[in-house]
Amino acid sequence: MSNQRIIVVGGGLAGLMTTIKIAEMGVPVDLFSLVPVRRSHSVCAQGGINGAVNTKGEGDSPWEHFDDTIYGGDFLANQPPVLGMCEAAPAIIHLMDRMGVMFNRTPEGLLDFRRFGGTKHHRTAFAGASTGQQLLYALDEQVRRHEVAGLVQKYEGWDFLCAVIDDEGICRGIIAQDLRSMEVRAFRADAVVVCTGGLGMIFGKSTNSIINTGSAASALYQQGVYYANPEMIQVHPTAIPGDDKLRLISESVRGEGGRVWTYKDGKPWYFLEEWYPEYGNLVPRDVATRAIFKVCVEMGLGVDGENMVYLDVSHIPAEVLNVRLGSVLDIYEKFVGDDPRKVPMKLFPAVHYSMGGLWVDYDQMTNIPGLFAAGECEYQYHGANRLGANSLLSCIYGGMVAGPNAVRWAKNLRKSCDALPESLYEGYRRREEEKFEAILKMDGPENPYALHRELGKWMTDNVTVVRYNDKLRQTEEKIVELMERWKRIGMADRSRWENQMAQFTRHLWNMLEFARAITRGALLRNESRGAHYKPEFPERDDENFLKTTKARWTPDGPVIEYEDVDVSLIKPRKRNYAVSKEATKE
Amino acid sequence: MSAERAAVAERTVHLIVERQDGPDAEPYEEEFEVPYRPGMNVIACLMEIQRNPVNKAGKPVAPVVWECNCLEEVCGACMMVINGKPRQACSALVDKLEQPIRLQPARTFPVIRDLVVDRSRMFEALKKVKAWIPIDGTYDLGPGPRMAERDRQWAYELSRCFTCGACVEACPNVNERTSFMGAFAISQARLFNAHPTGAMHREERLEALMGEGGIHECGNAQNCVEVCPKGIPLTTSIAEMNRQVTYYAMGAWLRR
Ligand SMILES: Cc1cc2nc3c(=O)[nH]c(=O)nc-3n(C[C@H](O)[C@H](O)[C@H](O)COP(=O)(O)OP(=O)(O)OC[C@H]3O[C@@H](n4cnc5c(N)ncnc54)[C@H](O)[C@@H]3O)c2cc1C
Ligand code: SF4
Repeated sequence: MSNQRIIVVGGGLAGLMTTIKIAEMGVPVDLFSLVPVRRSHSVCAQGGINGAVNTKGEGDSPWEHFDDTIYGGDFLANQPPVLGMCEAAPAIIHLMDRMGVMFNRTPEGLLDFRRFGGTKHHRTAFAGASTGQQLLYALDEQVRRHEVAGLVQKYEGWDFLCAVIDDEGICRGIIAQDLRSMEVRAFRADAVVVCTGGLGMIFGKSTNSIINTGSAASALYQQGVYYANPEMIQVHPTAIPGDDKLRLISESVRGEGGRVWTYKDGKPWYFLEEWYPEYGNLVPRDVATRAIFKVCVEMGLGVDGENMVYLDVSHIPAEVLNVRLGSVLDIYEKFVGDDPRKVPMKLFPAVHYSMGGLWVDYDQMTNIPGLFAAGECEYQYHGANRLGANSLLSCIYGGMVAGPNAVRWAKNLRKSCDALPESLYEGYRRREEEKFEAILKMDGPENPYALHRELGKWMTDNVTVVRYNDKLRQTEEKIVELMERWKRIGMADRSRWENQMAQFTRHLWNMLEFARAITRGALLRNESRGAHYKPEFPERDDENFLKTTKARWTPDGPVIEYEDVDVSLIKPRKRNYAVSKEATKE
Repeated sequence: MSAERAAVAERTVHLIVERQDGPDAEPYEEEFEVPYRPGMNVIACLMEIQRNPVNKAGKPVAPVVWECNCLEEVCGACMMVINGKPRQACSALVDKLEQPIRLQPARTFPVIRDLVVDRSRMFEALKKVKAWIPIDGTYDLGPGPRMAERDRQWAYELSRCFTCGACVEACPNVNERTSFMGAFAISQARLFNAHPTGAMHREERLEALMGEGGIHECGNAQNCVEVCPKGIPLTTSIAEMNRQVTYYAMGAWLRR
């Protein structure tokens, strides 16, 4: 078959790398994104990208990186793809360097590396403290090259509504809406790759960008794609509490020597260093977050009696800070008003990342044939807790795997999407258009943005750091109530031009569906593993829960199934960051 | 409620928003009053309007439409004109703004609706100046070129341009009569000409800067560098590219 076309939805790191890989193989791509791809959420990433390039004489290796990642994820990730990622990492960093990313350098002009959480090695390449932005721009520029060459057609300002699935259950295209004219259109494709990123907005405020509602992934879950490990939500230990957003202060700040403390008995108390002498301030995020929670919530020792601790870099020379952490410290200074080069920052944990996501196989294909996924919207690489600076890597690597596999799939199809009847596409298109028309007509008393706030508060209070089964049950009931109230929303904006409220209302429904799966996944996992912690079940329970959660959508709520985890390469062992990793291997 | 908190609760923020229902519609002003909270920014005010879409006169209206994404000044989406100055709405803190706060779209660009504008011409300019490194492919071809950390540091400053368009909005030479690409594009050309691999193709970028809408249309007003939220040394970039273009043109003349 000769004239394939492939659709990529999402232009963050994962989507752009997928696009480049496909275009490089000579296959045209239609690239969809809510925002101009250069403004995708990946720009937010500050700290860096991991790869065991081993330039510091520390004996680092891809295997060591792999072991840190599996151990850090509390053994919930299938191991072979994670090994593949770690082995590809050094070459990925070199590739990004060749694309012109302004990575920090050593005096010899080589790439510099810093430390991040959950490892003892200098393994993180970085461009100041705006690494994600720099990586995204490099890929965006390469895609622009392919665009000029005619291989990539961009649809920026379009919202993915659903996949088009034929009688045989194969994905054959998508339905999307132009967010200006609000036109709903069908697009044919021989393969579709979704790279739509994270879902932090489900928790109201998070470190994520505003568009990270998870709407596209949720729509696919409602079409039958499994949602794997929904309950694995990462809460980052250090963010600036805010009214509109919780702004991240990157882990790289601790990687460069930042120390976390609070006052106890009138004296500074470096509780992470005391509790975890081996890793100190660089314990993985789930561990650091629980420690900060314990100090603030249980012990009441937060700064000024509030839910905050100090993160201190004032002992590091300002010149060093500016070159290595400038943009992140600027964020603090800009939004809080204090200069962290002089006074310690006041921070608290915030929802940050979703380890869970669309279920994919080792080729990045979902359980709907022809539909692939890569990046934060899928579940494959981080188990129950992601190590810092591993996400940018998994996004780029996922795109490198998904792109070529999508091309292979498209080439092997017996029947091209062009041969399918127009009625198939028109049916899907009309259904989506009708849904939109119904939203425009809504005239109840509820406001979608206010409902969203309520959802966020419930999710943050009950489905984050510490989870209790009774609270999770109440949250489930609340979500069902919110779903009922969603139907009584009033549409204050009835315009058919750039109508953000109507679009948000649609996303809100999809957030509610996902929230339900997250909560159910958490409720049924009666153990503690990685980011998922239940005081009623404080231990990891490999016998019953060394398993991937797979949520399947039904009209009456999610149904949970479990799948064994592939632990063929490293035998599961207990996580303990108070001692060295070697001591846990005995 | 304590007296102090009651006082905070009563405080409000007064906004005057220049609205426009569509590209061809007439602009109009609408006033809003939203509850004040310490530390809030312009985005938080607009979000408040979304939750309670009622104008100052108490009339229900469609919520104000605007663009934003990261809310930490790194995506470039929320540039608008705030109290007369083009800037990012996320980092515009209410405490530091004079009230009423006046919000307008950046009219150098076509207005789509309310505060949303169409900045696609900026991305077209990036195509024109070939703002990329022409790599051979994404295969494993070993490490990239070495670079001195000192050079990397100033190049990094240029690489932080997030295509917000403030410099274009502030430039008196960008208007209906000219096709000037804007300071940011010239600065991006400088960035890629500085990279060891990018330098191999510097002539292509210089040709673009000599073409229509190129560097000669800059009137040296220097407004750009004053509004750039990332503090990018735009006028230095323009001067440097002027130099590169001049040398290149002279060389071309001599080679004739
Ligand atoms: C503040 C912050 C700092 C971080 N720092 C680091 C770090 O230092 N190192 C690290 O490894 N990781 C870091 N992360 C995590 C990392 O940035 C993200 O996981 C990663 O960038 C996700 O990339 P992505 O390509 O999957 O998705 P994104 O970059 O989120 O892109 C998603 C794309 O999908 C599009 N899209 C979404 N929904 C739709 C829809 N319905 N229709 C059409 N298009 C759609 C969007 O427009 C966008 O183009 C950080 C995260 C945050 C929040
Ligand atoms: S140069 Fe500055 S003002 Fe101009 S687009 Fe870039 S960041 Fe914005």
